[in-house]
Amino acid sequence: MRRVEREEHMELRGKKVIALGERDGVPGPALAECATRAGAEVVLTLTACYV
Amino acid sequence: MSPGGTPVIRAVSLVLAHVPSLVRLGSKPLRVLRELDEPIDYLRPHLRDWDAACAYAPNQVFIGNLDVDDFAARPTPWHRHAVAGATRFGPDGEIMPEEEFLGLLAACDGFDLLGLDRDVAGRARAALDAHPVVGRGSGRPAVPDGVSAALLQERIERHRALPLLGVDGRLLGAMLPGHDEDDTLTGQVLLENLACKATAALALRHLLARPGAVDDADVRYVINCGEEAVGDRYQRGGGNVAKAVAEWAGCLRATGSDVKAFCCGPMHALMLAGALVGSGLHDDVVVLAGGSLAKLGMKFQGHVKHAMPVVEDVLAGFAVHVTRDDGVSPVLRMDAVGRHEVGSGSAPLAVVKALYSEPLARAGLTLLDVDRFSLELHNPEATEPAGSGNVPLNNYRTLASLAVVEKLIAREQIDEFVRTRGMPGFSPTQGHIASAIPYLGHARRGLTTGRLARTMFTGKGSLFLGRMTQLSDGISLIVERNAAGA
Repeated sequence: MRRVEREEHMELRGKKVIALGERDGVPGPALAECATRAGAEVVLTLTACYV
Repeated sequence: MSPGGTPVIRAVSLVLAHVPSLVRLGSKPLRVLRELDEPIDYLRPHLRDWDAACAYAPNQVFIGNLDVDDFAARPTPWHRHAVAGATRFGPDGEIMPEEEFLGLLAACDGFDLLGLDRDVAGRARAALDAHPVVGRGSGRPAVPDGVSAALLQERIERHRALPLLGVDGRLLGAMLPGHDEDDTLTGQVLLENLACKATAALALRHLLARPGAVDDADVRYVINCGEEAVGDRYQRGGGNVAKAVAEWAGCLRATGSDVKAFCCGPMHALMLAGALVGSGLHDDVVVLAGGSLAKLGMKFQGHVKHAMPVVEDVLAGFAVHVTRDDGVSPVLRMDAVGRHEVGSGSAPLAVVKALYSEPLARAGLTLLDVDRFSLELHNPEATEPAGSGNVPLNNYRTLASLAVVEKLIAREQIDEFVRTRGMPGFSPTQGHIASAIPYLGHARRGLTTGRLARTMFTGKGSLFLGRMTQLSDGISLIVERNAAGA
């Protein structure tokens, strides 16, 4: 996966997004909300718990 | 009913049972190693003996023998720097050896489903009968006689019993299913539930054996917050482990119930215990939980990859006595409970505000009024080799960032905040156990005979794992020095 630098923009409008988050980091629903507001279609939201 | 009053934390116990032979029965090892004929052979080079587990610094912190600040100053990796003079018993509990624990399992099995090898049962009975807390004189059920190796084989081959193999490959025993056609009563599930009951029962007996402890007969309500789903095919997870443990421990006037909220269960249970005492409904409430056999060896692949011991080789249990204000014990602040509500949102800043800023502000306090925060205390030596990161450190840094946002500290002070108000993780990855509770014994000492004035405990639960909601959960509680004893 290409590293996205801070100053670059990722165009999400019209894209399909899988929001995979982590409970002790950024949970899936928070990622999904950001992606939706950026114009993406969130097709799956999941949160992982690594403990 | 009594008039009620301020609830206090009167006593805490924290116990471990070292069970290397059961590591292969953890959920992850079972799934990963199912292709192997002898998973125990694969695991053996990475399984520790009891001496190593006892001298393992995180385990010594867990039972209260090693202070968290001394622990933070110790060299790493901890598995290569044994604690000199480590002992089995500590101020909060003990680290029980496996053979003794097998005897405890059998003594907790009221349906004779766990059969132990005759020699194993004999040795376990002799050792357990001499135990200072759950010895023969404690009034517990006896360790039943063992059975022949031939009978164990017959149970395994003809009755689908789960074999228990020792680290050396010998057959230690077998767990029969509780029903022919019930997936919730298989030998594996019942062993998980029995391990939970046994570790919780051990913790409760430790609690009741303390000098000045509440009398068995005065415990009126027990809340179990372990995560095991005890039930049958018609009511999976029906419960009630609390009552089963109270019965085993001889609390004849107690009743109880189970509280479930994944790893956040203990915080909910403590809050409810405080409410029961505060309302005057019950004067003496015990919150307890046993360990999770399913989580043994959860990160074992990372440990094998890094040529280190599988440090997830212990089951854990705890018990907490919540009672009316005695003028000495630390107070459980019921006016400042932090809640992650349905509408709180899931963004990290929203979560920490709900769990820290809001309840502290309600009490007229800030983050800087809390001497020590206890949160997810998972041992990073268990999680980092598997790529799961340092969970406590990440959470402490998030908390310190909140202090920056609230202009309580400068950005450059984040590390100092984490070092002085946090601690390194030392808990086995036993889910609900690791969620803040392991520091409670240390906090109780610090808030009575030590220098602490106020501590804060925060549990989080991964509700989304059950696939009924995308939400996580969280509760925070403030435990502070008793003003009457200050």
